[in-house]
This record gives sequence, structure tokens and C-alpha cells, in this order.
Amino acid sequence: MPVAISILPEQQLAALSRTYREAVARKRLRATVAAAVFFAALVIAAIGAEVNLKTFFTYFGNFVSYFDRIFRLESGARVWTDVGEWFWGWKKWLSLLGETILISYVGTLSGAILAFGLNFLAAKNTAPVAWLRFAVMRFMEFCRTVPDIVFALIFVIAFGLGPMAGVLAIAIHCVGALGKQYLEIVENVDMKPVEGVRATGAGWMSCMRFAVVPQVAAGFAGYTLLRFEINVRGASVMGFVGAGGIGQELIVAIRKFYYSDVSAILLLIIVTVFMIDIGTGWVRGRLFGADRRR
Amino acid sequence: MTGLQSHDRDELKARYPHVFDRPLSSRLAVPVVIACAAGLFLFGLVALEFSPARMLAGLSQLGWFILLMIPPDPGSSLPTYLAAMGETLSIALLGTTLAAVFALPVSLLAARNIVPSNIFRFPVRRFLDSVRGVDTLIWALVWINVVGLGPFAGVLAIAVSDFGSFGKLFSEAFETADRNQVEGIRASGGNALHEIRFGLLPQVLPVIAGQVLYFFESNTRSATIIGIVGAGGIGLQLAEQIRVLEWQKVSFLILMILVAVAAIDWISGKLRFAIIGRRAVV
Repeated sequence: MPVAISILPEQQLAALSRTYREAVARKRLRATVAAAVFFAALVIAAIGAEVNLKTFFTYFGNFVSYFDRIFRLESGARVWTDVGEWFWGWKKWLSLLGETILISYVGTLSGAILAFGLNFLAAKNTAPVAWLRFAVMRFMEFCRTVPDIVFALIFVIAFGLGPMAGVLAIAIHCVGALGKQYLEIVENVDMKPVEGVRATGAGWMSCMRFAVVPQVAAGFAGYTLLRFEINVRGASVMGFVGAGGIGQELIVAIRKFYYSDVSAILLLIIVTVFMIDIGTGWVRGRLFGADRRR
Repeated sequence: MTGLQSHDRDELKARYPHVFDRPLSSRLAVPVVIACAAGLFLFGLVALEFSPARMLAGLSQLGWFILLMIPPDPGSSLPTYLAAMGETLSIALLGTTLAAVFALPVSLLAARNIVPSNIFRFPVRRFLDSVRGVDTLIWALVWINVVGLGPFAGVLAIAVSDFGSFGKLFSEAFETADRNQVEGIRASGGNALHEIRFGLLPQVLPVIAGQVLYFFESNTRSATIIGIVGAGGIGLQLAEQIRVLEWQKVSFLILMILVAVAAIDWISGKLRFAIIGRRAVV
């Protein structure tokens, strides 16, 4: 079937294609300049970070063979040929893993309770006083920007070595991170129930308890579970600075080149993180599923 | 207003039985969960050696430290700190870029609409998950064993751990891309590579660019801490000053980190708006 394609007159076509070419040229120029700036930044960064490709290529074999070595026992046999020898310290490691999860749990829960108390003071729609809102916002920003391991370094000196410092570090970081997520949920609630409760003559506390909390509870729980999962990863390295958990064993194994221990502990951590991941995913599914059914 | 009359209540009960007579299991669920959570919390406090005495002693120590931190003062090492900050930013930029460059081809392999075969996709996904399951600090320790102490180990550590996250995020971006444009390319006679280049990439690149910028932000934070295990940057200085109890320098370094992170947040926020517009800010 022949189709009629209308062809524009020569003059109009020339004008159109000129505008097109100009637009494309402008876009190309912008992309080139952006790319040039980016590459310049990369080169400067490479000099700043002492990137040395020669060392990298000389030692890259080490990186590959490192993974070969961590899967070998002292006798030179592959680790999976003798699982008992590979996981020789499983009793100690499992109890340390339990401690890691417990650090994360206690830290997350105490951080969540604090964040729960603070976020109503900081949300735009529920804040009782303006200066308090400003102060709480700045405090939470501080808690979330300073990495938890820096808090752990300081707390280890103040509270002594051990899991307590790790718990407190995770709790503080959690106040900042969860506080912000909670606050965003609270700022998006429906304000009509709040007006309804206030119309009965209730005070600020009752407004929060009966109008805001029922709307946000499921969202809060979801974010808290997610944070718990993130904190398990975080708690697994708290031991690097002496703040408890499996990290202590891991850093010793890496630093002292106990190769098969490194792979065993890493494997345990990865499996634990997977399991926590799946478990919290299941709980979250139940929570939001129940929410939808209502 | 008076209370409900008793016959009113009976009438209400008859009309809404599901409100008044909830089964025991659903009425007990919330208190039981709360009791379990609280019990585990208390057990945790005991198992992790919490005690009021230690808490008080630690808090009074901490109070002293905070008093000693004021005012923040870099002493004579300001140039060193500025150089370390530059090193940290360099580590974040290079690490993120490297991770993105290497993750892009791998993420194609993990995307369902590009590699339909499950047998091939599954190992790639599990591999990315395992890489992600290991913390950046652990990767830093491994790389220190390979290339020695210094910022280069930090770059590689950030690159590897982000490689896992990027692989997952990019492949999700590819999976949510619109099929129609790819089919359009095929209809006009393009081959598989053309489909990816002209059908998928234009849809996916802005999303990816936004994610990369977002990770650059968060990597600035990670790069401040990998120095703690010896992989360069401002964390090295920070850990050192904490260990020798130079609190004024510590507070100055923390302030520096706060300012730098805020600045990077602001810049990358602007860039993200410029690249993807308001619609898809992560």
C-alpha cells in the first residue's frame, strides 16, 4: 500500500534542520564540557589518593590469590574437605555473632525509642514550639552525620572496652537516622484526625497518642526493622575498635593472616546478614499485609 | 454528656460483634509482642554487661571530654587536616566512579529483561549480594593486605563494596525500563547492541546518574571512617587524635567532617536536580 509522505518545501526544511543541528551541537558541547570537568576532577582525585596503577597491577595477583589462600587450610588442603577443622572455633564465633545481633537489637531499640520521643517535637505539623523544633533537628543531623564507628571510638575510651560502647554508638546514630525517617512519615499524616481529637479538648500528648500514632505505627515499624538490618552489618565491624561483637575476631584473623579463619568468619557474617535480611523482610511483609487487610 | 446507657451498650454489642468480641489471639498479639521485645531488651542489657555504675562513670567521663573539646582547635596541623580532607574526597570520587564503571556491564547480566535465563542470572545476583554483605571496612582491611596501607586501598575498598550495591540498583533500573522503545529500535532494524544503546540507555542513564551522585554523597561519609583501619583520609587523623586524647583537635576534625558532608550534600543535590529534574529524586 503506497503511503503519502508529505515533504516540506526546501526553505522550511532548511530552517528546521538548521535549528535541529544547532540544538544537537549545543547539547554535545554541554556534554563535552561536563565530561572534561569530570575527568579533570578524576585526575586530581587520582593524584590526591596516591593511585598507583603499577602497584595495583603488580599486586593484583595477590588479591586473587588472597581468595585462594583464605579457602585453604594450614595443611594446604581446600577448606571444605575438612569442615570441622575449618570451623574449629564455631562455639566462640557463634556466641560472638549472637552478641553482634544483640548489640544491634539493643542499640536499634533504644535509638528507636528516643527517636520516637523526639520526632514529634521536630515534625513541621506537630512541633509544639519553634525553637525546640530547630534544636531537635540540629541534634538529629549531628547524630546521623557523625559515623557510628567514630562514636564507638570515643565511647570505648569513656565507657571502657566491650559491647556497651558499641550499643551506645549504634543507639546514637540510630536516633539521627530513624528520627529523620520517622519525621518524614509524621509530616505526611492526615491532619483531620488531629483536629478531631483537639476539638474534644485534648492536650498535645493525647493528640499525638490518639490521632498521629495510629496512622504512623506501621511505617515506623518498617523503617525500624530496616535499620536493625543495617545495624547488624554495622555491629559486625564494631569490634575493629574494641566495641564488642565478631569484629574483634575478624580483625585479628585478617591482621595475623589466619587465612582459613577469615573465610569462616566472613561466611558466618554473610549468612547471618542474609538470614536477618530474609527474616525482617518476612516480618515487614506481615506488617504491611495486615495493614492492607484492615 | 453522660455515659452510655447499659442497654445502648448491649445494642451496640449486638450490632458490631467484631469490635467487642475480638478473638483472644488478636487481642493478645500486641501485648505479647511488646513483652517479648522488652524481655529480649532486658536480656541484652544483662548479657552486654550494662550496669548503672558503669553508665554513670562513662557519662561523667564523656562530660569531661566534651568540656575539653571546647573550643575546637586544630593547633598547628591545619594544613595536614585539609590535605587529609582532600584525600577523603578523592577516595570517595574515585571509588564511586570505579564501582559505577565496573557495575554497569555486570548489572546488564543481572537484569531480567536482558538475560531471561534464570540459570545465568541467579549466580550473578548471589555474587552481588555476597559482595554487599561484607562491610566496607572489611574490604579495606583485605585491600590493605594487597596494596599496602594508604588511600589507594580505601579507593579499592569503596569501589568493591559499592560495586555490589550498584549492580543491584542498576539492574533494577534496567528492569523497570519501558519495553516499547526497545521494540521500536528492533522494528526499525536495530540489532541487540543498538537496542541497549538507543532503546535502554537513554531511559536508564538519568536514573543511574542520580544514584551514582547519591552514593558519592554517602561515600564521603564512608571515606571518613575507612582511615580508622589505615586506609587513608581524614579518619586516620581522627582515630589518631582520639587515641592520644587530643580532644580539641578531635572536635575540630568532627566539625570539618560535618561541614564537608553538608557541602557535598548541597552540591550533589543541585547536580541531581540538574540531571534528572524534580521527578525522580531518589
